[in-house]
Amino acid sequence: MLQDKDRIFTNIYGLRDKSLKAALKRGHFDGTADIIGKGRDWIINEMKASGLRGRGGAGFPTGLKWSFMPKEVGERPHYLVINADESEPGTCKDREIMRNDPFTLIEGCVIAGFAMGAHTCYIYVRGEYVRERQALQLAIDECYEQGYLGRDNKCGWDYDIVVHHGAGAYICGEETALLESLEGKKGQPRLKPPFPANVGLYGCPTTVNNVESIAVAPTILRRGGSWFAGIGRQNNTGTKLFCISGHVERPCTVEEAMGISFRELIEKHCGGIRGGWDNLLAVIPGGSSVPLVPGADIIDTPMDFDGLRDIRTSLGTAAVIVMDKSTDIVKAIARISYFYKHESCGQCTPCREGTGWMWRVMERMATGHAQKREIDMLLDVTKQVEGHTICALGDAAAWPIQGLVRHFRAEIERRIDEYSHNAHDVKPVLEAAE
Amino acid sequence: MAKLKVDGKEIEVPDHYTLLQAAEEAGAEIPRFCFHERLSIAGNCRMCLVEVKGGPPKPAASCAMGVRDLRPGPNGELPEMFTNTPMVKKAREGVMEFLLINHPLDCPICDQGGECDLQDQAMAYGVDSSRYKENKRAVEDKYIGPLVKTIMTRCIHCTRCVRFTTEVAGISELGLVGRGEDAEITTFLEQAMTSELQGNVIDLCPVGALTSRPYAFQARPWELSKTESIDVMDAVGSAIRVDTRGREVLRILPRVNEAVNEEWISDKTRFIWDGLRTQRLDKPYVRRDGRLQPASWQEAFAAIKEKLAGTAPEKIGAVAGDLAAVEEMWALKGLIGLLGSTSLDCRQDNVKLDPTAGRASYLFNTTIAGIEDADALLIIGANPRFEAAVLNARIRKRWRMGGFPVGVIGENVDLRYDYTYLGAGTETLSDVAKASKGFFDALKKAERPMIIVGSGAVSGDNGAAVLASAAALASEIGAVTEGWNGFNVLHTAASRVGGLDIGFVPGKGGLSFADMTSGSVELLFNLGADEVDIAPGAFVVYVGTHGDRGAHRADVILPGAAYTEKDGTFVNLEGRAQVASRAAFPPGDAREDWAIIRALSAVLGKTLPFDSLAALRRDLYQSHPQMRSDRVEAAAIDDVLRLADKAGSLDHAHLGSKLGDFYLTNPIARASKVMAECSRLASGETLQAAE
Repeated sequence: MLQDKDRIFTNIYGLRDKSLKAALKRGHFDGTADIIGKGRDWIINEMKASGLRGRGGAGFPTGLKWSFMPKEVGERPHYLVINADESEPGTCKDREIMRNDPFTLIEGCVIAGFAMGAHTCYIYVRGEYVRERQALQLAIDECYEQGYLGRDNKCGWDYDIVVHHGAGAYICGEETALLESLEGKKGQPRLKPPFPANVGLYGCPTTVNNVESIAVAPTILRRGGSWFAGIGRQNNTGTKLFCISGHVERPCTVEEAMGISFRELIEKHCGGIRGGWDNLLAVIPGGSSVPLVPGADIIDTPMDFDGLRDIRTSLGTAAVIVMDKSTDIVKAIARISYFYKHESCGQCTPCREGTGWMWRVMERMATGHAQKREIDMLLDVTKQVEGHTICALGDAAAWPIQGLVRHFRAEIERRIDEYSHNAHDVKPVLEAAE
Repeated sequence: MAKLKVDGKEIEVPDHYTLLQAAEEAGAEIPRFCFHERLSIAGNCRMCLVEVKGGPPKPAASCAMGVRDLRPGPNGELPEMFTNTPMVKKAREGVMEFLLINHPLDCPICDQGGECDLQDQAMAYGVDSSRYKENKRAVEDKYIGPLVKTIMTRCIHCTRCVRFTTEVAGISELGLVGRGEDAEITTFLEQAMTSELQGNVIDLCPVGALTSRPYAFQARPWELSKTESIDVMDAVGSAIRVDTRGREVLRILPRVNEAVNEEWISDKTRFIWDGLRTQRLDKPYVRRDGRLQPASWQEAFAAIKEKLAGTAPEKIGAVAGDLAAVEEMWALKGLIGLLGSTSLDCRQDNVKLDPTAGRASYLFNTTIAGIEDADALLIIGANPRFEAAVLNARIRKRWRMGGFPVGVIGENVDLRYDYTYLGAGTETLSDVAKASKGFFDALKKAERPMIIVGSGAVSGDNGAAVLASAAALASEIGAVTEGWNGFNVLHTAASRVGGLDIGFVPGKGGLSFADMTSGSVELLFNLGADEVDIAPGAFVVYVGTHGDRGAHRADVILPGAAYTEKDGTFVNLEGRAQVASRAAFPPGDAREDWAIIRALSAVLGKTLPFDSLAALRRDLYQSHPQMRSDRVEAAAIDDVLRLADKAGSLDHAHLGSKLGDFYLTNPIARASKVMAECSRLASGETLQAAE
């Protein structure tokens, strides 16, 4: 279990004073100018040494991502864009950072901005996060007043942060759709390549990072990459905010070491599964887009990128959705399918047409009003969506269904049987001709 | 150049090529819907997926990936892509299935049927049955004008139409609203599009979502005879294909001609065809007792012969209108010469362009394709958006590339690109020439500046002076050098350059157009000039196609052939001689115009020295060899420089387009119901129900 001294987010629950003054006392902005003084290469090397993998879901090494930016600032300015469009169902970590511990993010923005030669940072906040935006803006205003942001600031790197409020579209959390939206266009993902590090916001080199990835950076640099790398397992280092929701005694967001076992995570922080471990049905370990796994498979699995990959799911954003045996699992996945059908941007064919198709079939499967051969057809449709789209929303829509069919095919078949056994009970309904 | 392997075949292609282009180079066909050579890349249909070696284990959209984005193998092997692997086949089948699940299978009643990309590709890359058991999506049809019919349920969201209207046509009136499966193409407020190029979205639409409204349910593509021809609605000379069934023209489509129209045509070109059926002159008429009465060819010719007998040669004249082909003007010129007159004129709009000043003085010397090489433009008294809509698209194309300042003297109207408005009149032209306007510097700085003088600006009393001033300005800013001629005249009539080329202008002692139509001649041959009034007095022989103004004023009507009904040469504004081909026969007793004049010459006892079109052309080519090919010979820049020397002071005048209503510029258009509807919409009139 993570010790309190190793926690990065010291006010994640907002129990302490949220002002800048109090944050300074807790150690934020401590020696920021010194870190910046060590230069870009040192920062990037230290980030690489820490082994930090992006916290937005894909787990791309953050230090490596920063190093993709052009070394010198040419004619085009560089931009840092923070993805605070936290819309993945189940995920609620960035909002806690913005609400309660915003200075971790702000300091991270300055350092990351310096490391990539950006003087301007845009924070794209999810449309529904009104209070979060207000809290963040308040903190930024405070930093400007106290001289931690703006020209000639105490950090030693001229820096501006602009908070942009989205309009509440899930797809705008995809990095290139986010850039489009930020530019005032319709939020539809761009084709890659070119990647944002080359052609990003307004055609300029841009790095898009998740809130948590940036917020942990200052502490990593203060305490050294090796400290961070010492927590967790090889290739899955550091601490991580887990958001546990669903059928546990006490749902919560908690900072824990990577690689903690599922059992420990639930026992220590959530008071166990509702109705005991025997009542655990399934877990979606990384937000709605990753495949679910049956409870038995995950209980002793280390909660990190590689550990979950071994059981054919993914850490994603570490939004652990726990479902006990009272859950209608097929209906639950059908609801997730509806979400992706609703949030598909409509740009490319497989996702636009496939998400609706999958949802409709899922709805029928939830009631059992289907043929057994349609299960394989549905699986095939998910394969046709997966990997054939411009962005990863297609994959995200496909994986939950693949997970369901993989582990709960028997349940779907049982419902189909039940439905057809009862078919003779359904009396024909007379309908008037129109 | 980049080297890569396509399906194991090694090829070398330019660096900027996409995988799709590279595959085509290698002979591998790749299906596509959203990709179009002349539009930006959307990459959204996902039909062109290919497998790339060494990349992620999923197929890549070949239209959006450049050959330079490919990575070589670990030991420096050439990058490889595959278009025929099981992965690619599966991906294509999947995408095709997705496209079809919500596409209504109404091919039997769809106008696109038989020439539908979706149909063809479903045959080639689809599977034979559907697994989709849910209800299909239905989308409400939108009203986007009288030209383009929408059946939006068929839409596959490729966004070609959106990209065309925003990028080429320069209007942002079409867009994709909504998201996911509820996304729809619409004009937001369901109002008619305002572009003069909107008909092109019909060709671009790979399915039957956007089809031609006038052509709706008229024919099937396989029952039409296709004739390649040339458009005469403006002086651009767009390449077209005329589709006919029997003797009726049922539609007109563009052909690709990179030098002229790329693959766009204006709405007037495309939708003019219903005007070819109505108001047609199908038999000769002779005016008896003040009324035009049907007659036979013999009677009509006899009436002319009778009139000719009592007319002195200098009282005979001939005028040619905007749609006349070179051949008939050549024949008429010959006949007038044999009759002993020098009074002939083809300049209906009274432009002060003189063929004796040399070809460069009246041509669009830069050429249309040359616009893309220019780096600054001054438009004087022209509205290219209406006078030459396709040429305007080329200007917009150049403008979008950037670094192309455009200045306008004349009307301050929407040209579909940003420009610096300099002023309305001749004073502004003088100011710019005296370098007192800032725009002069932009022109001077440019390496290859262009000046476009509208035919409206060089018509009228001031015309010659404006033309000379423009030439002087062109030479001053360095637009006229060896290797770059930036002096351009923008004609509006298809016949004009041809007429000027063959010298269909007053000879020694001859009368001008204005003189002839204001009563200075007693016998006037009118070859389709319908846009002027002819003063009472003269005996008018009208050779034309429609019962328009010219026919009403005529004493003898000889029914001729419209441009789709005859083989005729038209010289476009660049000086490009192109041959329009006969797609259908003229109605009733109407004949090809050159043949009418040849027959008349025999009756009048002045037989012309040719009795076939081939013989006529031999005669024509002997004195005008440039008519033989459709290549543009650069005209001598000395013509422009000589013209520049004549520049003097300018009288006050407004410099503006004199085109009038774009949709109603010629007798065919005025006979067209579709054009009338467009004209009504463009002028902002609204229909009201009778009460």
